[in-house]
Amino acid sequence: MRFRAKMIDIGCFNHFTRVVNTISKLTKTCTLRLTTDKLYFILSDKVANGGVSMWCELSQGNFFDEFQLEGVSTEHNEIYMDLAAENLSRALKTAHNAKSLKIKLTNKHCPCITVAVELPSLSRVSRVVTHDIPVGVIPRKLWNDFKEPSVPDFDVSIYLPPLKTMKNVVERMKNLSNFLVLEANLNGEMNLKIETDLVSVTTHFKDLGNPSWGDNGSQDSTQDRDPETMMDVKVDIRKLLQFLAGQQVNPSKVICNIVNKRIVHFILLHEDVSLQYFIPAHE
Amino acid sequence: MPLSTQLEAGEEQYVLIASLDNARNLSNILKAIQFKDHATFLATSNGIKVTVEDSKCLQANAFIQAEIFQEFSIQEDSVMFRVNLAVLLDCLTIFGGSAVPGVTTALKMCYNGYGYPLTLFLEEGGVVTVCKIKTQEPEETLDFDFCSTNVINKVILQSDSLREAFSELDMTSEVLQITMSPDKPYFRLSTFGNSGSAHCDYPKDSDMMEVFQCTQTQTNRYKMSLLKPSTKALSLSCKVSIRTDNRGFLSLQYMVRNDDGQICFIEYFCCPDEEVGEQEQ
Repeated sequence: MRFRAKMIDIGCFNHFTRVVNTISKLTKTCTLRLTTDKLYFILSDKVANGGVSMWCELSQGNFFDEFQLEGVSTEHNEIYMDLAAENLSRALKTAHNAKSLKIKLTNKHCPCITVAVELPSLSRVSRVVTHDIPVGVIPRKLWNDFKEPSVPDFDVSIYLPPLKTMKNVVERMKNLSNFLVLEANLNGEMNLKIETDLVSVTTHFKDLGNPSWGDNGSQDSTQDRDPETMMDVKVDIRKLLQFLAGQQVNPSKVICNIVNKRIVHFILLHEDVSLQYFIPAHE
Repeated sequence: MPLSTQLEAGEEQYVLIASLDNARNLSNILKAIQFKDHATFLATSNGIKVTVEDSKCLQANAFIQAEIFQEFSIQEDSVMFRVNLAVLLDCLTIFGGSAVPGVTTALKMCYNGYGYPLTLFLEEGGVVTVCKIKTQEPEETLDFDFCSTNVINKVILQSDSLREAFSELDMTSEVLQITMSPDKPYFRLSTFGNSGSAHCDYPKDSDMMEVFQCTQTQTNRYKMSLLKPSTKALSLSCKVSIRTDNRGFLSLQYMVRNDDGQICFIEYFCCPDEEVGEQEQ
């Protein structure tokens, strides 16, 4: 297995850093999957995460000037590894005014992703700061655990309100309750609700817009339903807040798909990065 | 009783309705008296008084006059209820705690009387939040029986200078001793902490001293832990009046200007520390 890649554009460093920062706020460890075209940051829905899962996909061509990959075999030209996103985040902190950024798979006591940041210096010789991030290479037989999630058969699809507003409200609600009900309808309306013995709070968002999914099977079944009917999911507030608070990439729109009483699915699209996040209903 | 069994009310039946274009004009004042979980609200045609008490020795009152509200209507002589103040503050600041210039949260507060929750309607940027907060049995608030005729000593200071003095107080001292006298040292704050005793004096003709009316020398001690919460009110205020009566009871009155420049008052009453309380005639 071999992997080396090089980035030289400052705009790319910053964008890549923002994506990695977002990932590190969503989860401590995740799986990095490398293919010849794309990078993926994956969190699968194991019980340890409380059933939360994440899938983030970037086209390597939009970030790297050089990208060479030799995967586990010619038939499966990919590499999967576990890593702590925070370590990558920390390594990238030094890159904001770098001349170049090289990333490669190395073996130093254990497999590592080595990040070498070339910094500008007054002398003719550049300074290089190197970070070795330990990773766990995932064997081929476990790759099935990290399959791309399919878009669920949702009951309602709606655009989220401005994330900052939603985050402020959910942050306050977290002081009052552990769980929140997120409900929405086909009329562009969304409510966030909490209820405890002491207090009930409902925030109403209107005119959010519902994305059209074209000839999707789910869309047909929703045609007969009264657009005012609310579909809802009850979720752990901290998981929702973690998603809202972590966003460093400012997407123009975030899509929220709700499977009534089962799961909520968020999709962010920003330029060439797509991030999906699933929060299951609380039992 | 759990919230679900508290009753629902229609608008016509509200016993108290109070509206503000800027909810911070209420939440900022309430934060300054938030040293305990619960507060008692007493509304009359004059406005709203919010009371928080601690261990029967300390009482804080915030007064928000009816004129401060954009709408204020009350159907009874007086309306009283008790709520969890932390919950109320989280609701009043539901759109975020920090002030963004030019953006305000509008508030309409409604109460239908005993057995009903306190209902808040908050709106910011077209988004509406409705909160229903369970109310509890109002408990009798203490009457410190502090009246102006019994006031022995009084000073009014600009808050800036007192803020500085309070921030430098030795917090390892269990008590704050206040000496007020027509003679030197006039007005003195003393502490007795791990590093020894420390005194902070204000001469009666200092620029900071707006009013100085001391008739007798009095030295009283108050538990530092009881007075500490008053520093929040001090930091909001522009002026503070400090008065002691013939029993050594302390009244601190803070004049607070809200976001719109209107004046509200916060008052703290505190009993002297039982162990040492001297009055020199």
